[in-house]
Amino acid sequence: MSTPDLTAERLVKRFANHLAVDSLSFSVQRGSFFSILGPSGCGKTTLLRMIAGFIAPDEGDIAIGGKSMSGVAPNRRPVNMVFQQLALFPMMSVGENVAFGLARRGMDRQERLQRSNAMLERVGLAGASAKRVDELSGGQRQRVAIARSLVLEPTLLLLDEPLGALDLKLREHMKIELKQLQAAFGTTFVYITHDQSEALVLSDHVAVMHEGRFEQIGTPQDLYYRPQTPFVAGFVGANNRIVGRATVRNGAMTEMTTADGWSMRALQYGDSAVGDAVEVFVRPEIATLARSAADLPPDQPAHSGEVQSVLFDGANSAVLLQEIKTRREFRIALPQTGQFSDLRPHEKIAFSFDPQRAVCFAARSGVTV
Amino acid sequence: MVLGLLLAPALFWLLALVLLPHVDLAILSLRERVGPRQYAASLAQYKTFFEEPLYWHVFLRTAVMSVIATFLTLLLAFPIAWIIAKLARGRAGSLLFIVCLIPFWVSETVRTLGWMILLRESGVLPALLVKLGLASVPPELLYRDATILVGLVYTSLLFMVVPLVTALESLDNSLIEAAYDLGAGGFTILRKIVIPHAAPGITAGCIVVFMLTLGNYLTPTLLGGKNSQWFTEQIYTQFITRFNWEQGAAFGFLLLGLSTALVVAGLKITGQQFGDVMRRT
Repeated sequence: MSTPDLTAERLVKRFANHLAVDSLSFSVQRGSFFSILGPSGCGKTTLLRMIAGFIAPDEGDIAIGGKSMSGVAPNRRPVNMVFQQLALFPMMSVGENVAFGLARRGMDRQERLQRSNAMLERVGLAGASAKRVDELSGGQRQRVAIARSLVLEPTLLLLDEPLGALDLKLREHMKIELKQLQAAFGTTFVYITHDQSEALVLSDHVAVMHEGRFEQIGTPQDLYYRPQTPFVAGFVGANNRIVGRATVRNGAMTEMTTADGWSMRALQYGDSAVGDAVEVFVRPEIATLARSAADLPPDQPAHSGEVQSVLFDGANSAVLLQEIKTRREFRIALPQTGQFSDLRPHEKIAFSFDPQRAVCFAARSGVTV
Repeated sequence: MVLGLLLAPALFWLLALVLLPHVDLAILSLRERVGPRQYAASLAQYKTFFEEPLYWHVFLRTAVMSVIATFLTLLLAFPIAWIIAKLARGRAGSLLFIVCLIPFWVSETVRTLGWMILLRESGVLPALLVKLGLASVPPELLYRDATILVGLVYTSLLFMVVPLVTALESLDNSLIEAAYDLGAGGFTILRKIVIPHAAPGITAGCIVVFMLTLGNYLTPTLLGGKNSQWFTEQIYTQFITRFNWEQGAAFGFLLLGLSTALVVAGLKITGQQFGDVMRRT
């Protein structure tokens, strides 16, 4: 196996009384798309800036391409960064922006022109070289920022939430473009975002970050179908979260009951004993709806609920219902066939889910049953 | 109607206190005395300026020293503005700005007299030099070109710092970081990113300082004495000492015209537009 393009060992960064990065170690393989996913304030921007060289870690080391980067200034690292606000130079033309890094390397004018024009063509901006930065649209500026970094053929490209400022349609389009660009160039991308949809669509591997630590690193499928911590289960994708006490431990399954008497079974992750507080996560799409309990799959425990509202969102439609006894909210994805599209608020409905596909964790500290 | 009323005070000020006196002086400058109480229209006053070497030598000297003073003020003000705009944390920036502002709480006369107390032969600095053993007798530090420059720069510093701080504050830090990320060093960033971005502010500051130093009467005369040879002193001499208002008026307009020409030339050379520059002040 070749040397990983990026290796971090026990990185720590403290700001005043706040531990932003808490002893992180991970590595990123060459040519992969690695995302760091986490809510605001989890420390991902700090981590990225340490890799870029703008902040020095308090402890630990970063190695890029096998070489340690401690003490190496940002303008000397084989890393380039696409900033959140893009940071295109308004006092230069598009071509000059893209050629900026090449000029710093002492390349002569002819070669600079050739390379920057070739790069602009590759990102779909052929002929835009003479334009000013403020004449471009959001998506075009995005591509200039990426071109400006990729033209230097870095070992690692860092992207700091680059799609945040774009509208929905453009964001969806740029997600596909970014994935294609990464595949075409083969450069290792390290991408940070709080949008889990971006992380899942774009990446080969995702690390979910929370309060300075990685909760889980894995493929998008791993994170979605096999979350290892309650935070990951709740953060990645939509999920129903029900808190209760474990009543029966049966091999890999746990049966739990909420404080107000709703019982269900789920697959246990990690340890918990009978009587412990637990959190159960059920994905909206694994539940089945039926007008009467008789129509539900026979091997699954049946529950009943009352429709609270129907959230229409095209193929992502869902129904928000309340469990009949406890009035706890539960969200179920509507089948895309349009079968239950005529549900009305206050209708009584039956639902069930396969307990093997629901997950149960020991409750985090601070969770009240 | 309302707009007219709102503009009226400014228009009145412009018309009565600026435009009319200028017109009056212009008329004055275009006549010469042919006999007691008899004046005829002529360009003699303007001709004198070009024919008499003293006058345009003095003007040239004033212009050159003003350019030097402007340049020195820029060199000094840039690091100060950079620290206030970018490096100072919290209140340190405001504090530094107030330090630049405090000298202006006293009038220019008092400030210049302060410099005289420091620099004259019997003053503080020469005494210090003697004490440190760097001179055997207290040297006369006044009445030199360097003294005039020191006084002018001191008086002009604030007028350069203010537009520079405005210009530098609007520079996004991520641009500097992006430049570092792409391989640029500190000096390159200054040359390619900071200065082009701050160019309107620099130009605005330079125009203001140049105009102020060119038209300054008090500081060069007090600090330079008889050696000052500042053009405003010539204007004063014509008006007050020789009662030759026609000549003085002509000199005044020549000063206005030539300094405007210099500013326009400067703008052309640096490729700035006047409108842009004034908007950024």
